[in-house]
Amino acid sequence: MGFLVVLAGFLSYPFFAQFPATRDFPWANFLLFGLGGILLLVSLVRAFGKPQLYRGKIFSPILAVLSVLVFGFFSYLIFYQLRQVPGSTGAPRVGQKAPEFTLPDQNDKQVSLAELLSSPVSSASTAKANGVLLIFYRGFW
Amino acid sequence: MRSFQSRLSELESRGIRVVALSVDPPETNRRHRQKLGFTYTFLSDPKAKIIRSYDLLHAGAGPKGANVARPAEFLIDSSGTIHWVNLTENIAVRARPEQVLKAFDEMPAKAGP
Repeated sequence: MGFLVVLAGFLSYPFFAQFPATRDFPWANFLLFGLGGILLLVSLVRAFGKPQLYRGKIFSPILAVLSVLVFGFFSYLIFYQLRQVPGSTGAPRVGQKAPEFTLPDQNDKQVSLAELLSSPVSSASTAKANGVLLIFYRGFW
Repeated sequence: MRSFQSRLSELESRGIRVVALSVDPPETNRRHRQKLGFTYTFLSDPKAKIIRSYDLLHAGAGPKGANVARPAEFLIDSSGTIHWVNLTENIAVRARPEQVLKAFDEMPAKAGP
């Protein structure tokens, strides 16, 4: 039972990652890990404390070890892997001009930064843009 | 990116155009936009030429060791000057719309008369 909760803690990451509140720090996942850990502890104590009542002296340690491995792997991903981001010391800074570019949009139409800045933001208005929020992302592949 | 879509009207009412940029080809962007209901512009930089010029290349971090962009957000004012930058140190932590709205509202010289 505890092992299942630990697995849920690991596998539910993509779900909780949809919401910034549970993505910036995955506390919901750690909560599930904690709960799973407690349940596993209870089952270990039962298996070894009252062996005549509860069996599973072999089964429960195996699941406990597996759970620790799953938790370790999750922590490695969260605390190490996600932080391997290049330093980008040469990225343009506040006050500098944004490097100009021309790239194809989703309709294969060539679009330049100058155009993005000088044309209206939406079809509803004719006023030109006050700014562009440029979001670089890893891609969806 | 979903959060920027959900608050797009607030951003656009201030005249902020939201533009996403990655190594994904235009077909992927077109499909993806449709599937997830994004309405803002998606630009495609398959050879990471622009990503490199912004020093945002994350070499080998994509599928099969492909080069991708590291996450970053820039607020560029109408003169083309960068007004606000967010360079995350954690791939899972991205800029939120409220940060951008705040940065924009604090902009000293908006497009004057």
